[in-house]
Amino acid sequence: MDNILEIKNVTKRYPGVVALDNISFSVKEGEVHALVGENGAGKSTLIKIITGAIKPDEGSIIYQGKSYTELNPILSGQIGIEAIYQEFNLAPSLSVEENIYMGNKVNEGLFIDKKKLTNKTMEVLESLNADIDPGTKIRDLTVAYMQLVEISKALAKNVKLLIMDEPTAPLTDNEVEILFKLVKNLKEKGVSVIYISHRMDEIFELCDRVTVMRDGQVIKTTDIQDTTRNQLIFDMVGRELTETYPPRTPKYGEKLLEIKNIAGPSNAETSFYVREGEIVGIAGLVGAGRTEIARLIIGADKKYSGEVYVKGEKVSIHSPKDAIEKGIAYVSEDRKNQGVLLKMSIRWNITLPILRRLSRFIFIDAKKENECVNEYKDALRIKTPTINQLVGNLSGGNQQKVAVAKWLASKSKILILDEPTRGIDVGAKQEIYELINKLTEEGLGIIMISSEMEEIMGMSDRMLVMAEGNIVGELQKEDFSQDKILKYASNITT
Amino acid sequence: MDKLKNFIKQYFVLVILLFLIILFGVLQPESFLTMSNLFTVVRQSSIMGIATIGLLFVMIAGGIDLSLGSVISLQSVLVAVLLTQAQLGLIPAYLTGLLVATLIGLVTGIIIVKTNIFPMIGTLALQIILQGAAYLICGGMPVSNLPDGAKVVGQGYVGSIPLPVILFIIVIAIAAVILNRTYIGRHFYAVGSNEEAARLSGINTGKLKVATYAIGGFLSGLAGIIMLARISSGQPTAGKNMEMDCLTAAVIGGVSLTGGEGRISTAVCGVLIIGVLTNGMTILNISEYYQLIIRGCIFLGAVCLDGIQKQLAGKKKVRKAV
Repeated sequence: MDNILEIKNVTKRYPGVVALDNISFSVKEGEVHALVGENGAGKSTLIKIITGAIKPDEGSIIYQGKSYTELNPILSGQIGIEAIYQEFNLAPSLSVEENIYMGNKVNEGLFIDKKKLTNKTMEVLESLNADIDPGTKIRDLTVAYMQLVEISKALAKNVKLLIMDEPTAPLTDNEVEILFKLVKNLKEKGVSVIYISHRMDEIFELCDRVTVMRDGQVIKTTDIQDTTRNQLIFDMVGRELTETYPPRTPKYGEKLLEIKNIAGPSNAETSFYVREGEIVGIAGLVGAGRTEIARLIIGADKKYSGEVYVKGEKVSIHSPKDAIEKGIAYVSEDRKNQGVLLKMSIRWNITLPILRRLSRFIFIDAKKENECVNEYKDALRIKTPTINQLVGNLSGGNQQKVAVAKWLASKSKILILDEPTRGIDVGAKQEIYELINKLTEEGLGIIMISSEMEEIMGMSDRMLVMAEGNIVGELQKEDFSQDKILKYASNITT
Repeated sequence: MDKLKNFIKQYFVLVILLFLIILFGVLQPESFLTMSNLFTVVRQSSIMGIATIGLLFVMIAGGIDLSLGSVISLQSVLVAVLLTQAQLGLIPAYLTGLLVATLIGLVTGIIIVKTNIFPMIGTLALQIILQGAAYLICGGMPVSNLPDGAKVVGQGYVGSIPLPVILFIIVIAIAAVILNRTYIGRHFYAVGSNEEAARLSGINTGKLKVATYAIGGFLSGLAGIIMLARISSGQPTAGKNMEMDCLTAAVIGGVSLTGGEGRISTAVCGVLIIGVLTNGMTILNISEYYQLIIRGCIFLGAVCLDGIQKQLAGKKKVRKAV
């Protein structure tokens, strides 16, 4: 197989930091090439150079035998390079077909040949075995389908090299299977794929070769069968680290939180409880109503009915503010838009929910605030030169720590963690897991929503499986199995 | 070199202010650079400055208020009518006026928060409604024959410092304390920065946004009272186009149009820049029509600069994320 892409001795410097340090990297025709590395290793910079979003300071790019000193986004599109990022580039109010052929005309002339557009869209969708009505508006689709549309869009543009940045992060296991089929399908069509992921399972299942990056350098490129999980993780972090879940012997106390018959727009009446020191996992497919139930509990959305009890006492919660006062905190899955304030400092973020408590009358006690922030910065090992650093400048893992820190600082008793490790690198994940365990030792009750099967099985003491707005199954630790969870999640009753 | 760049970036607004003062000073040294004229600039800026501080609160929390000029007009004629036709005493008339202005702000805020309309559109409607109300109160005619005492807040002095300036300084001081030292101020920033995240952090975002409009209303009311005192008559057009000056001052002063950002110190610099410009252009005898064009251009320029800065900041973020 020939190389479709060859990056030679590329260096990219930013003031004070070398983002890429003389790296070489190649992708063969029709291969799925994994690109792994911790956050900040230089993966994004490399991708941006390949798509032409930024220009290298030194080095050359050889694509299909032709040498380019630099690319630009328009040129890279023309020669068949497309990238799908975690944030989709779709117009929510337009239909699937309009999105797929956005900036890519199906016919000559001023007017759109609607029939041709639909037909061509159907062709693309069918080639991916995707069952979507081309007329559906993007905003009515689930995340998984949006991703499918993104892939279709790339295909419609005759893509030869597709870059996928953490494509499975928003997907549930079922949907991941579909994505895998898709990628294999693409590969058969001769499309090369650069596959960025933090999930080892996927890499070993899907990819032909893997390149490990660390600190702006390529550590190695190897055939996937010549390496092991542990070796890869070792290469990524530069130290031994096992991706196992830290052991814990849970000690349960009284029922901390109990919800009875809570119902909302996308949830049927739901009841469950969490005890002190317990981690209750909520598994299910995207759109099963997991985030929605969390938002109902904390009063972020209006509930139709149902009651919430904290330590056996009935409480009325009408807004997140009420929930916080009762010690219930919710760490959102949408970190950047709902979890943290990117434009504000670490200090401001951490103390936001408890600022009133840190104030005398209305005046903020700066000393108390600093002490509080430093305490949690140290406890959670948030990596930053100063607590006045803007959260937007931190890595994903550290942002997540800030999101958690603010709820710890508020002395919450019940933490609802929604996808707590999404988009976080291996090392940081491990830290978050250890943190969660430590919190249970301190008597907190944890509700963990996760789409990562392994994570939720590894961390939970008890698991609830949701489907279509209902809790359809409850599993004890000893009964955890991927099989059972999937059966429940896809609502197959045996 | 980097140090110089940083310095200029940090004190950009101040540099512009000094540049303008020097510019007008060179062009018209004998009339512009006199102590009494510079005092006049500050005094003239005070009314607009107080209203700008009100706008600052609204903008930090992510809103905007185009009705503030009409509130000033309304306040001017309302208090004038209360003093003359209703024969109210000074203090009761002022308090009534301030109460009405605050209530107007409160209602504005409630409408915007409850219906979730664009603040720009909502307050534009209110601007017209309130302007109409101002004409109605005074029958379209200026209200004169004010009692002598009513001129004090606009024309009086404490020592050698004009009273409006003192009021402006007091407003600045209180606003600075609220924004920088209290949790309420911090919450304003949080709401403007990311409303949903703020709400999930237990902040009553609706209430806070309404509060900023009420503060804006109150300060516009105060500006209206000083305006009435300075021109010694209630004018139904007293605050006309004032919102434009305030908005320009705020944007020049680094207040973000998208909320969450804005400092008192630079906003005050913005106010003084507008004040110096207005004064300087008048001294240079630039016709009012040209002045309008220049003001418009400056506003456009400031907004463009804000946009460009956002773009650059966006790029920087990409770099940092690498």
